[in-house]
Amino acid sequence: MTMHTKYSLAALLCSTMLAAPALAGGHIPADVTLAEDQTFTYRQLDEFSSVDPGVVEDVSGSEMVRDLFEGLMSQDADGNLVPGVATHFEANDDNTVYTFTLRDNAKWSNGDPVTAGDFVYAWQRAASPALASPYQWYIELMSIENGSAVIKGDKPLSDLGVKAINDTTLQVTLSAPLPYFPQMVTHGTTFPVHKATIEAHGSDWTKPGNIVSNGAYVLTEHLPNERSVRERNPMYWDDANTTIDKTVALVINDENVALTRFLAGELDRTEIPAGQFPRLKEEYPGVAISFPRLCNYYYTFNLSDSGPEVFKDVRVRKALALAVDRKIITENVLAGGQPQAYTFTPAAVAEFTPPETEMAKMAQAERDAMAKELLAEAGFGPNNPLQFDMIYNTSDGHKKIAVAMTQMWKQKLGVEATLANMEWKVFLETRGNQDFELARGAWCGDYNEASTFLDLLDSESGYNDGKFVNADVDGLLEQAKLSTDASSLYTQVEQIIAEEMPIIPIYHYAGVYMMDSDVGNWPVGNVEQNWYSKDLYKIAE
Amino acid sequence: MISYTFRRLLVAIPTLFLLVVTCFYLMHFAPGGPFTSERPIPPAVLANIEARYGLDQPLWKQLWDYLVNIFVYFDFGPSFAYKDRDVNDIISQGFPISLTYGFLSFVVASAVGVSLGVGAAIRHNSWLDYSAVSLGIAAQALPNFIMGPILILTFTLWLGWLPGGGWNGGQWQYLIMPVIALSTSFMGSIARITRSSMLEVLNSNFIRTARAKGLPERQIIWRHAMKPTLLPVISYLGPVFVYVLTGSVFVDIYFSTGGLGQSYVNSALTRDYAVLLGVTILYGALTIIVNLLTDLAYAWFDPKIRY
Repeated sequence: MTMHTKYSLAALLCSTMLAAPALAGGHIPADVTLAEDQTFTYRQLDEFSSVDPGVVEDVSGSEMVRDLFEGLMSQDADGNLVPGVATHFEANDDNTVYTFTLRDNAKWSNGDPVTAGDFVYAWQRAASPALASPYQWYIELMSIENGSAVIKGDKPLSDLGVKAINDTTLQVTLSAPLPYFPQMVTHGTTFPVHKATIEAHGSDWTKPGNIVSNGAYVLTEHLPNERSVRERNPMYWDDANTTIDKTVALVINDENVALTRFLAGELDRTEIPAGQFPRLKEEYPGVAISFPRLCNYYYTFNLSDSGPEVFKDVRVRKALALAVDRKIITENVLAGGQPQAYTFTPAAVAEFTPPETEMAKMAQAERDAMAKELLAEAGFGPNNPLQFDMIYNTSDGHKKIAVAMTQMWKQKLGVEATLANMEWKVFLETRGNQDFELARGAWCGDYNEASTFLDLLDSESGYNDGKFVNADVDGLLEQAKLSTDASSLYTQVEQIIAEEMPIIPIYHYAGVYMMDSDVGNWPVGNVEQNWYSKDLYKIAE
Repeated sequence: MISYTFRRLLVAIPTLFLLVVTCFYLMHFAPGGPFTSERPIPPAVLANIEARYGLDQPLWKQLWDYLVNIFVYFDFGPSFAYKDRDVNDIISQGFPISLTYGFLSFVVASAVGVSLGVGAAIRHNSWLDYSAVSLGIAAQALPNFIMGPILILTFTLWLGWLPGGGWNGGQWQYLIMPVIALSTSFMGSIARITRSSMLEVLNSNFIRTARAKGLPERQIIWRHAMKPTLLPVISYLGPVFVYVLTGSVFVDIYFSTGGLGQSYVNSALTRDYAVLLGVTILYGALTIIVNLLTDLAYAWFDPKIRY
């Protein structure tokens, strides 16, 4: 028997229940006078990797893809699921078969209807060894039936567990029950692509002029490393409720230049450089904003055989974690409203309750005293100082934090940590080969669920560079995959991490922006920062 | 002269080849690859990617395929980092931009630099000399990474006259700051070299002879002193020309021009092998050609030099 879940299933995972599908653009308050020029201009840190949904892998590219294409589901300003091309979906009893019903008025920018077949083509293409997308792993992550075999080339593309029952019905079969599957189809990799365009233009299909897309916007201009422009797609099914006419992304690497250009009125949105938020907040109240994001910042101990023996002593790990004064780092070094971190998973993650850890409750002086005690117990003192190397990837921001940490350790515990920085790729290789003692790490969630973070500490995980192995953690995470409410399991995992301390959590990210006051409806409540130009509007000044 | 040019060009081929081979191997020996990322790619996916780009082949085979593609199809390969574009796209989009503001910077730096230097030398020890020398030293001490912030703060934030960056089809408003930032320090160096060279020439015997003959000063400067004065300037201008033409990384990044310099540095950092090699070949070829032109220019400026 099929369970008609519609949004109730998604709501299990979302922080707030979706009462009615929010219509894009339909939420402009009555007292708002719209500006004549509906152009939204924002700073893009880097040139995007691609706007091809099948291969896009970076934040800049994903922001564009969400405007240019529309997937089965989208997110609203709070990160809740809202209908995209699909009007609703149903899941079978054990969450292994999902059936999406597509709206019949969805169109490509050339007027062709968007059909279930377009999704089948896009998903098969994303999984195909010939395209060799670095995001093939996302198809595996979604547990689509035969996904792994198709990626390996052992089975034909047609065996992938996604079928078009008819033009408006898409059926997805999963190899494992995945209650949060509907959340995953808001990701660019799952967006449809237009087969005829790809076949006609080959790898040039995403260029302005060639590209055919089904989102609220089409790409009209692109000068790499300088700007890209997307303009309204009149064929979009909800174009009548779309307000922004044109979104311009300007590539500005240097955040200080970006800030200057924002202040000169060239941009509607930019990031605030570290340390400048307090000043800007005072000078530009309401414009300088800070809100939590789904990313963490930590240092990981090398617990593998190649790691130092001293770190295998939990007292040493705890002492080092305790002595880091996170208040100084978040308030004096970063000063952007970042939350201090005592857990690996940010508290902003939906349906996640951080455990009441001992460390979080203590005052810093108590932590320092305990750290001294633990380190003495472990056999380190003034005559026998603890020594180790710590590495981070070259960046001013990381350097400031690393220097602050080593100073705290030196002053409070007499620890002698030697700092080394490395260029990004060298750093990744070094960390990935366990050729380090203590290394910086950071992670941004792929979706709004604690497993996107905690999976990193699974002993089998390829991302577990510290090689932390704990059977209880593995067991709990395994259990969580099958559970419809894994919240308490994740809290237990964090409890184990707080006791074992395989990593030193430092802080959780905040989105620290300068946002022009005439930009309406920026989704500060969407912790993944999945924003859509179609939901924004510009207010007359 | 023709046979000399021909010989030089012939030598250029093995030089370029050596450059490509060295660069290719150095690049592959650097730790990490184009697909090393914070999210380690699963082995099956990595195998697909390596197969698609031929990265699973032995190095010598990769190099051979690369060279064959260039010589047979004029295809410099794909970009690993920017999957919508290949190396030919990246160079054909970025190079014209670097070329435009680079060439303008070169013209500004040499025209202003030489005029300042000549003016200072002619009016030696006058106020003009002192101000030109001070200006030259100040300009030389202002590298583009200092000029950039000063210009943006002044013209964008305070005065609001110029856009703070971008290219926008190369409109003049967008060109001014990159050109000033890039040309200032070269201008300073050119002015100083020209001045000291001109002073030396003006004190030489053949100028004294010209003066003794009663030639007007203007004729002495333009017809007799100018050519030998410019010899050391020319040898300085050669490398400067290549430098400004290939785009300054700093100017590209700071003013978001979209020029090639930024792609070059990014390609090294992201291990975007084909882009790095492609741009290296372009820069190498340009250097060889400009060096040849500089040497040929010597012969024109100095009758003692004959090839």
